[in-house]
Amino acid sequence: MYAFDIECPTTIAEAAQALGGENQALSGGQTLIPTLKARLASPEKLVSLTAIAEMKGISSAGGVLSIGGATCHADVAADGSYKALSELAAHIGDPAVRNRGTIGGSVANNDPAACYPAAALASGATIVTNTREIAADDFFLGMFETALEEGEIVTAVKFPIPEKANYQKFVQPASRFALVGVFVAKTTDGVRVAVTGASNEGVHRWTAAEEALNASFAVSALDDLTVSADNLIADLHGSPEYRAHLIKVMTGRAVSAAS
Amino acid sequence: MTKVTMTINGKSVAGDVEGNTLLASFLRDDLHLTGTHIGCDTSQCGACVVHVDGRAVKSCTMFATEANGAEVATIEGQAAADGTLNVIQQAFQDHHGLQCGFCTPGMVMSTAALLKDNPKPTVTEVRTYLEGNICRCTGYHNIVKAIMAASGQDVSAIAAE
Amino acid sequence: MPKDGGIGAATLRREDVRFLTGAGQYCDDIKVFGQASAMFARSNVANGVIKSIDTTAAAAMPGVLAIFTGEDFVEVGGNPAGWLINSRDGTPMHEPKRPVLAHGKVRHVGDAYAAVIAETPEQAKNAIEAIEADIEELPAVVNMKDALSGSNYVHDEIGTNQCFDWGWIEDNRDATDAAIKGAHHVTTLELVNNRLVPNAMEPRCSMAQYNRANDEYILHTTSQNPHLTRLLISAFVLGIPENKLTVIAPDVGGGFGSKIYHYGEEALVLAAAKKLNRPVKWTADRSEAFLTDAHGRDHVTKIELAMDAEGNFLAFRTETLANVGAYLSNFSTATPTFLHGTLMAGNYTVPNVYVNVKTVFTNTAPVDAYRGAGRPEATYSLERVIDMAAREIRMDPVELRRKNFIKPDQYPFASAAGLEYDSGNYDALMDKMEVVADKKGFEARRAESESKGLLRGFGVNAYIEACGIAPSNLVGILGSRVGLYDAATVRVNATGSLSVMVGAHSHGQGHETAFPQVVAEMLGIDPMSIDIVHGDTSKIPFGMGTYGSRSLAVCGSAVVRATEKIINKAKKIAAHMLEASEGDIAFNDGAFSVAGTDKSVSFGEVAFKAYVPHEFPLEDIEPGLEETAFYDPANFTYPSGAYCCEVELDPETGKVRVDRFAAVDDFGNIVNPMIVTGQVHGGLGQGIGQAMLENTTYDENGQLLSASYMDYTMPRADDLPFYTVDHSQGTPCTHNPLGVKGCGEAGAIGSPPTIVNAVIDAMQSGGKNVTHIDMPVTPHRVWSAMQNA
Repeated sequence: MYAFDIECPTTIAEAAQALGGENQALSGGQTLIPTLKARLASPEKLVSLTAIAEMKGISSAGGVLSIGGATCHADVAADGSYKALSELAAHIGDPAVRNRGTIGGSVANNDPAACYPAAALASGATIVTNTREIAADDFFLGMFETALEEGEIVTAVKFPIPEKANYQKFVQPASRFALVGVFVAKTTDGVRVAVTGASNEGVHRWTAAEEALNASFAVSALDDLTVSADNLIADLHGSPEYRAHLIKVMTGRAVSAAS
Repeated sequence: MTKVTMTINGKSVAGDVEGNTLLASFLRDDLHLTGTHIGCDTSQCGACVVHVDGRAVKSCTMFATEANGAEVATIEGQAAADGTLNVIQQAFQDHHGLQCGFCTPGMVMSTAALLKDNPKPTVTEVRTYLEGNICRCTGYHNIVKAIMAASGQDVSAIAAE
Repeated sequence: MPKDGGIGAATLRREDVRFLTGAGQYCDDIKVFGQASAMFARSNVANGVIKSIDTTAAAAMPGVLAIFTGEDFVEVGGNPAGWLINSRDGTPMHEPKRPVLAHGKVRHVGDAYAAVIAETPEQAKNAIEAIEADIEELPAVVNMKDALSGSNYVHDEIGTNQCFDWGWIEDNRDATDAAIKGAHHVTTLELVNNRLVPNAMEPRCSMAQYNRANDEYILHTTSQNPHLTRLLISAFVLGIPENKLTVIAPDVGGGFGSKIYHYGEEALVLAAAKKLNRPVKWTADRSEAFLTDAHGRDHVTKIELAMDAEGNFLAFRTETLANVGAYLSNFSTATPTFLHGTLMAGNYTVPNVYVNVKTVFTNTAPVDAYRGAGRPEATYSLERVIDMAAREIRMDPVELRRKNFIKPDQYPFASAAGLEYDSGNYDALMDKMEVVADKKGFEARRAESESKGLLRGFGVNAYIEACGIAPSNLVGILGSRVGLYDAATVRVNATGSLSVMVGAHSHGQGHETAFPQVVAEMLGIDPMSIDIVHGDTSKIPFGMGTYGSRSLAVCGSAVVRATEKIINKAKKIAAHMLEASEGDIAFNDGAFSVAGTDKSVSFGEVAFKAYVPHEFPLEDIEPGLEETAFYDPANFTYPSGAYCCEVELDPETGKVRVDRFAAVDDFGNIVNPMIVTGQVHGGLGQGIGQAMLENTTYDENGQLLSASYMDYTMPRADDLPFYTVDHSQGTPCTHNPLGVKGCGEAGAIGSPPTIVNAVIDAMQSGGKNVTHIDMPVTPHRVWSAMQNA
């Protein structure tokens, strides 16, 4: 790693003050630290967010689950008030990674194979930052790209708890990230289907499936749909065609498991 | 350099660290606690697992400054002062749950974290929990068996020897 | 015999205590005063001309102590291939120089062309980035077929990418061709034995110290064979006399072949330690391990099996391209030849075998022996084509194998591939396998899987391997530059404790527990009074190390011979003490007694007398009680086994899960069944990993795509099942004193075809006419195969 300092502010305001320029936010570090080890980043200073008490914790009010940005995956997994989300969190990385990695870090990074972005997009979540609130539909802008401005901090993510939801992850066997992950959420406003792992565009919605499932929330509703392999990821672990196939299979499994 | 203090295996320690000093490096290079191993650089192998404030973490993917003020437990603190192995360590020996020994400290520390939260795990739960601990020697059979035994469950049905 | 802890006891491992408490001392755990850090500048192109390397700026960086480039090692020797193989036409193989640091050209991604020594690792890394290297990238040679047909050479000076074109046995070629031509049925299969990265969990590490007072060096290094490393450095590379170089392999975190070899980093730290007069250490990170550890396998093979109308095997014929990478690693020429071609008759009475292997240079990391080394490749080819043949002639695959097995009354059996098998009973192994695996219950389990929408397949395999490497006279004829004996010294201390110095190195195999069991059994004493000393050339007479399932069969035999010498001398001393003739002395249960009397002395009393030789017949017997033996095996040993597994396949996603796995092995006699079973488990984990998960992929530019655990799939606990392991059907080796055969590689040899055969069976049960699929059988590959069938 290149040399840098670490600052550990205890309030969001202090953290915001410290960010900017060549300074970079450090959340759980489970992606950033390996990146630093590979010397692929050279911040002057890391601003750790993990000592900020106001960014930690989970609360529920009016059918909305609010999760502090510095809340680790293990805590979300243990919460259980949004079952599909807790199950998703329980399968991110491994137990030790889940004790450090945070939801804020995950959505801010927007890895195209990460799990949380699928949950946020399918649930119609709101990403709360130190300056504003951003709807998930407006937040995820493509592979590793988000609506965040430089120095903006994800302080919380608010999830409206759907009537039914489920996440199905078909793992990339080495990294255990999603080769294809599909989050299906059925809300009073309709069904939302978000796909991660599959596309060069990053997490995205499968609107055709949403329409079909709005008509009938059953696996058979997907029968006549096909997924185009255009612009899906090709790598060592799967072709675009395989990913296209898996999107449909995982969507079906999520529908039948949704509760 | 930043001054950090933490409690490691019940003893208070202090040291000066750079911003980029990993907790694993602090343990190994500054405190000579070399039982914590480093086997990869992508936070996957788990040879470096220690506990920070009671939770299993990968000490190669956490900075020493982030553990300032924390309670840290490493493999060196697992046996009794007289050298008696703890239940998990003893089960690993009894069931031949280690060969070259390099992944073993991480395996023991992960097992301790698992059994704290889930004292009687199923075989599937054990295997799933070990997702972040890679062993190249054992094929995992005897590790899983040792963990089941350490949890006080009957392992006689698991293939012998 | 001791009450417990002798041969056959499942003694718990004594070395576990230090590993379980964090007290193990691996190479990177050792720090010495004044230690500096080495880091390497590595090529990021697969093939390139080094136009210039400017180290001026790097040398001025903070903490930098020295910088080396290939220029500094032009005068020293290359790291050699250990076996010299001749081509079919009698011409010698090409052995291009493998320098300490690349000079003139870089030949694979990761090839080191410079090294920086600095006060800290990060300072060294900073300086590496400041080295200005002008390397002109050239097109890379990656694919083996292209390498042989093209004119772009990895080593320009040899004018070909073919290292050699080997035929085995050349005299059998015409007969084999004729047998295939006239056969009733010929099954042909083309397959790939996928390239693997060994991935011992401890990355390589080397730390050199130099003492200018006496011009002596000490090298601590992650090695499976410190004497061999010393020999290579002394005789071939740096020319440091062996008496001035101590090589120590402390606790080593797994090897699996990758730590047999001498690597340039070892020579570099030695040279740097002398130049700087300071200790110098290099520790690889995992990325370096992926790029520079010797990889394994990487064969492309066409195999043909000829049969008569009854299914009797008439001939096997193979053509193999074997990748050796950019340079010849130490065993790289032996692995695809004498550890592979000689096993191509398998467990069968087949009369004709002909093997052709062309080894190919490519711009990839060197390829060498990895757990099993050649024998997994042979077994995979044989056992896949046999399975395919059984399907083609509609015979049960177990039945077809049994029909062609060598029978127990045929030993010693001269195989058509040139080996003499000493013992075995393959039908007994198959019988036992069918029982322990509950083969009869398969159909019910298949029905249950199908009721869940899953396919279930049953796969079977029989293997034989040649272990206990190796008879020196034989390997000398075959091209080995070294002998493959081993050595041991048994030192009985004055107070009756023993130190046993062994040439084998333990890095997971449990020698510290198993070897004392052998000595304790022979001496009738407490095994805990015996300690093994290994891994230090200054303490051990000599040794060729640990690989090829050889430690107990070869080094253990040396321990037996040395212990026999101890007993012989001790009898002389006891005879003197008991005032009897030596011929009347009996040795039982740790006591020497005079036949027909109640006079006896204990082993401990004799030991004490040997070192306090008062009233001692010094004219007849020297004081002391220490003996050394070198043991050179008369033949290879031939472990064999019958394996089966059941897989469950999700046809919707292509995902395969191993549900059951049974391994029945003949390892001859067993010293510690707990350790033996653990060795099988580990081999199975790696073999199933090869079959289902692991693959090493270079792109067309020679960039390694599977260069970390993010893309190289290591088997994890939830990928693998519990295994049923049985070794009750052992037939003792007939030519070594313990009757042991070796167990370290079996699991990795027997499991890959077992898995693939089961996956084929599962797919066919689903109505898909898939006859072959290459490893690893990833979900994507299985799904694709089923789409196209």
